[in-house]
Amino acid sequence: MSINRRQFLRRAGMLTALGLGGTIAFTGFRKKAVVEAAGYGVKSNALKATRWAMAVDMSKFKTEDDFKRIKEACHSIHNVPDFGNPKDEIKWIWKDDYEHTFTSQHNKYLEEQLVDAPFMVLCNHCENPPCVKACPTEATFQRPSGIVAMDFHRCIGCRFCMAACPFGARSFNFRDPRSFIKDVNPEFPTRTKGVVEKCNFCEERLAEGLMPACVEASKGGLIFGDLDDPQSEVRKIISSKITIRRKPQLGTQPSIYYLVGGGDHA
Amino acid sequence: MYKGGKIIASLIIFVAFLSIPFFYNMGKANAGPDVNLSTPAIEALAPADQQCIEPVEFMRANHMQLLNDWRTEVVRNGKTEYINSQGKAFNMSLQDTCLSCHSTDAEKVANTGISNPAANNGMSNPTANASPEFCASCHTYTAVKPNCWSCHFEPKGALK
Amino acid sequence: MLEKALTGSKKYWAWVILLLAVIAVGFYAYMNQYNNGLGVTGMSRDVSWGLYIAQFTFLVGVAASAVMLVLPYYLHDFKKFGKMVILGEFLAIPSVIMCMLFIVVDLGQPMRILNVMLYPSLHSVMFYDMCVLIGYLLINLVVAWTTLGAERKGTPPPSWVRPIILLSIPWAVSIHTVTAFLYAGLPGRHLWLSAIMAARFLASAFAAGPAILIILCFIVRRVSKFDPDPGLGAIQSLVKIVRYAMIANVFFYVLELFTAFYSGVPEYSAPLRYIFVGLEGHTDLVPFMWTAVVLAFVGIALLIFPTRNNGKLLTVALLSIIIANWIDKGMVLIVAGFVPNSFERVVVYTPTLNEISVTLAVYAIGLLLVTILYKVAISVREEKDQ
Repeated sequence: MSINRRQFLRRAGMLTALGLGGTIAFTGFRKKAVVEAAGYGVKSNALKATRWAMAVDMSKFKTEDDFKRIKEACHSIHNVPDFGNPKDEIKWIWKDDYEHTFTSQHNKYLEEQLVDAPFMVLCNHCENPPCVKACPTEATFQRPSGIVAMDFHRCIGCRFCMAACPFGARSFNFRDPRSFIKDVNPEFPTRTKGVVEKCNFCEERLAEGLMPACVEASKGGLIFGDLDDPQSEVRKIISSKITIRRKPQLGTQPSIYYLVGGGDHA
Repeated sequence: MYKGGKIIASLIIFVAFLSIPFFYNMGKANAGPDVNLSTPAIEALAPADQQCIEPVEFMRANHMQLLNDWRTEVVRNGKTEYINSQGKAFNMSLQDTCLSCHSTDAEKVANTGISNPAANNGMSNPTANASPEFCASCHTYTAVKPNCWSCHFEPKGALK
Repeated sequence: MLEKALTGSKKYWAWVILLLAVIAVGFYAYMNQYNNGLGVTGMSRDVSWGLYIAQFTFLVGVAASAVMLVLPYYLHDFKKFGKMVILGEFLAIPSVIMCMLFIVVDLGQPMRILNVMLYPSLHSVMFYDMCVLIGYLLINLVVAWTTLGAERKGTPPPSWVRPIILLSIPWAVSIHTVTAFLYAGLPGRHLWLSAIMAARFLASAFAAGPAILIILCFIVRRVSKFDPDPGLGAIQSLVKIVRYAMIANVFFYVLELFTAFYSGVPEYSAPLRYIFVGLEGHTDLVPFMWTAVVLAFVGIALLIFPTRNNGKLLTVALLSIIIANWIDKGMVLIVAGFVPNSFERVVVYTPTLNEISVTLAVYAIGLLLVTILYKVAISVREEKDQ
């Protein structure tokens, strides 16, 4: 039998395709015994909401300790590493001054006290998040509770979400974080190199009926609640007082509201 | 066949080379994985409570699938409780539920680390464990490396 | 037909071995990056995309430029391009492959890349980018191989290939429109948030791509007996395309400058100030951008005036245009998009040696593919001409 190279390749290719397709069809039909009698639920004391939001009461941020302990509370329970250089830096919540936090509301006549005040900056958990729109694998996605969540298992590290976020809220693991964590909290996983991370509004604590760590550590400086609940403190503050949000003109509808009374006002 | 002699001879050598592992191990008794499913934590439980999330046969065949489903439910769907086929509820957590029974004493651990050897920081790592404990006992034998441990830990009690 | 790439002169093999050496070095550099994370590059929390994505941006335009030969030849029967179309397609294929490689080396978790297909996100431009790049690669592979194979046998190509060829025309436009959309849809990056981003991509692609193709044709003439343009005027037609595309490109850029600076909105002008005069004392990109400006105008001037018929000056003009485009897309655009950052601070990006090695290796892979494919095409033609 004489067969030329092209015919041989064609036949080999067809046999391979047949073999592969056949196995797929075969195993596909064989149903995998998945979880039996599966039921999933949440704890009875879990906190529920449809629009988690936070109000930052700047009158409560007077001393350096006020903002340091908040950052420490968040970063320590979430195993956020400290690489020691701004290039690889990972931060979930931190402080910045007025001019850099509110870039669309420059005011050169603002009083000194407000200009240097430590505005807590974190992921805004936007209602209309551009990062979720950008993610090609839905590794970052929006929960029904309003939280913009991260699935570290699915993230491919493309950093499109970091480009999309107008608030600079996201950090990337440029290196393996494990050896840079000061005191490990073994109850929460670390991340691995090559994935993006950010504040998660302490979802794991909300599921246990606890307030986010930063809120607890803030001694009233951070007010957390459900905007869709007319009785929640955060809704009352935001509907009655004047608050500002970061870059509102971009339409992302951030959920972090800043109470910046200044002077004698709360 | 054009250059048939060379082709057939090369094919024979190739097949022989490929099948060396089979012939090398032919006739040798292979000790299977040294699996000891009983840890001190499990022994301490009452016999009625000693069953895992689901019965043993199910767990043996489907533990990875269960873990994947738990991961999807916790991370993506915000659920925390799993109600098993007998109606018992469990907290869906690798670290807090699975490893509260299936883990080692910190002292016994040889830190031979499969994943993250250098960065283990003295923490015990079940998969790295040389002794016949979970998960390493089967996974090193089958050479199927689970990469859970690059992020997840075992419970606080094991860290000393 | 691939076996034709396995025979060649000493110079051919020397070139191939040089490329393989560059690839080997870059591969080693990539393994360093794979093991230690992207921290070995110059990218940072604020400038999170760098050299890799910049090269992807530039090469997507080069890949699309094949359409500038396909459109006139197949759609409008412009016979002059007859001998060159295959060379255009054989430039497009390695360009698309390089684009894909640059994306892969940029990923933090490359082993998870299939997640983009396993969990398709119809709201993400990056998902569509993957689709159109893969589609374009397949189209060009099928079209180029079939037409070249048919030509070798001396028969006209099969009729089913024609609709695919015509499909490649809008598809080529789509690959860099979608890539432009990656940037133009992000609300927080004001250098990119421009309606004419895709139009600028098209203009620069149709300037740089055919220019590269013409240079390659000159090289083909030098190293082989095949002449892709034996007095047919194909190269001159391509020069016309390059000239007007580059003029359009510069014009679009001026439009951007006007909107940003005349309106006075600081967010829109800040990145452009960083590029052209520096921002808060940081002037890293300034010399590069002005070089690009000078080269762009020099290139256009040389192409407008009759000196274009002089072979040497034509090469200078084309190289100027290619380099100007490369500086704009492959160096400045991506990095400057992150300056100033969301907090209006300037963070400087400098690529590391590791990063540059990987980049050169990917380029070497592309050049190797171009070499192999061109060798095949040239050998087939030389064979036929005997």
